[in-house]
Amino acid sequence: MDALIVRLFAAIDEAHMPWILAADNALRERFGEALIDLVPSYTTLLVHYDVARLSQREARQWIDDALRGLKPASTETGREHRIPVWYDDSVGPELTRIAERLGVDTDEIVRRHAGRDYCAFALGFSPGYAFMGMVEEALATPRLKTPRRKVAAGSVGIAERQTAIYSMRSPGGWNILGRTAVELFDRERDEISLFRPGDRVRFEPISREAFIEQGGDTTPLEER
Amino acid sequence: MATPEISRAASGNAALVVEGTGPLALVEDAGRFGARHLGVTQGGALDWIALGWANWLLGNAPDAAGIEIAMGGLTLKATGRMAVAIAGADLGATRDGETLPANGSFVLEPGQVLAFDQPRAGLRAYLALPGGIDAEPFMGSLSTVAREQLGGLDGRGSALRVGDRLTAASVAAETREMPCAMAMPQDEATLELVTGAQIAHFDGASLYAAFNQAWQVDSRADRMGVRLTGPALHCRLEGMISEGIPLGAVQVPPDGQPIILLNDRQTIGGYPRLGALSPIACARLGQCAPGTSIRLSPVSPHQARRAYLRQLALWR
Repeated sequence: MDALIVRLFAAIDEAHMPWILAADNALRERFGEALIDLVPSYTTLLVHYDVARLSQREARQWIDDALRGLKPASTETGREHRIPVWYDDSVGPELTRIAERLGVDTDEIVRRHAGRDYCAFALGFSPGYAFMGMVEEALATPRLKTPRRKVAAGSVGIAERQTAIYSMRSPGGWNILGRTAVELFDRERDEISLFRPGDRVRFEPISREAFIEQGGDTTPLEER
Repeated sequence: MATPEISRAASGNAALVVEGTGPLALVEDAGRFGARHLGVTQGGALDWIALGWANWLLGNAPDAAGIEIAMGGLTLKATGRMAVAIAGADLGATRDGETLPANGSFVLEPGQVLAFDQPRAGLRAYLALPGGIDAEPFMGSLSTVAREQLGGLDGRGSALRVGDRLTAASVAAETREMPCAMAMPQDEATLELVTGAQIAHFDGASLYAAFNQAWQVDSRADRMGVRLTGPALHCRLEGMISEGIPLGAVQVPPDGQPIILLNDRQTIGGYPRLGALSPIACARLGQCAPGTSIRLSPVSPHQARRAYLRQLALWR
């Protein structure tokens, strides 16, 4: 009644993000004060509008207005982030498991996970948690059959061809490779969420010492 | 509507001190808006109508923060004179042992104890203080979300605890009498639903079942969502890509048993949906105990909006 989905694409593709971002801007501009929330995600945007101000018919019209003549945002629209990660079995138990499956050493997994830019397709699950992709096909790993009851904040994981960082301690079923000391969601910061949809992210492997220096918590993910 | 009776009751520096807690008592307002694209959930009072009435009874804005008391068990002691109001579920509220109406405003004298027992009708009662609850909002809201460590008295998502002090955001209230009854669902409830984009992907038998058979409210129900049990629904759509989820979305996971997503839901999700409940139906669902028999009734967006605006107009 007070929300409409704008569906722009049928499949996940990084090349779609400039269009999603452009639609995000155009919808924010057109709806102005009547916009309550706008949630972009991979191929869609959920427009939550103020029904005290406009009917669904008007909302549909406003969406049409906003999208008419839409041009993709420039590829530089999303910000770039470099996220230092301590890749280690103690804080990323699936590092070895994936390496064994592929018959390579863990350094090779790190090199491949950190070897490309990822796109933040959507935020969700918890505040500041970005669903990023695409992980190279060979590294794709299904979620754990039994999710962990607690995954430490900063844990870097993969699920299928997506990668993400746990923004706060929570239950979770992603395959964990390492940990970052970067705060993804900080209410005291001007930009409370480090990531926004459309941002580009690259992981940088760092040593245990550097991780500790950055304030990282070395508590193993699972006490054995 | 009858002309409200207006009286003035100063609350000064009075506070309500939590002396005992039940299953869950949370600071809630209308919710936290404008940050769902960052993964921050909406939150807010499940029965926003009851919160609105509790506020109205004190002359507050309908979306001022109050306390959502689930299942009772909360005991509060007044340190000074304060007008308060309650609305929503009948949780057997008493003032120094004297029975109070489930919906009404009244004054607590210094030392008096306001106690909530257990549900007699509905699940959640709302307590309003003059002007709302005095605490530091985050992104414009005091709504408590434990999972996100946001909102509440401490700003860290904590539920009310023994020793907490509730203070009012303003010193004076204009107390009013409840102008109408507020019915709580008992054994059955009809929930209005606006059908959504994936409705055509459900097979005919499932659509018939969805809108013509009774559903049961499952015990797996919380502020994130309420699971219904009944005939398994089948959707032909597979492998949906996650997208933003509106309040009241009725999603159908592969087991065919619908889950109605409420205020503390995750911001995006990838299960097909029948549609979304109207805001008024969401409020009603927040009062339905496990075992309640539910019927889903399709309405047009226009009908749902009209009913919503009628409710808002009652508080103007």
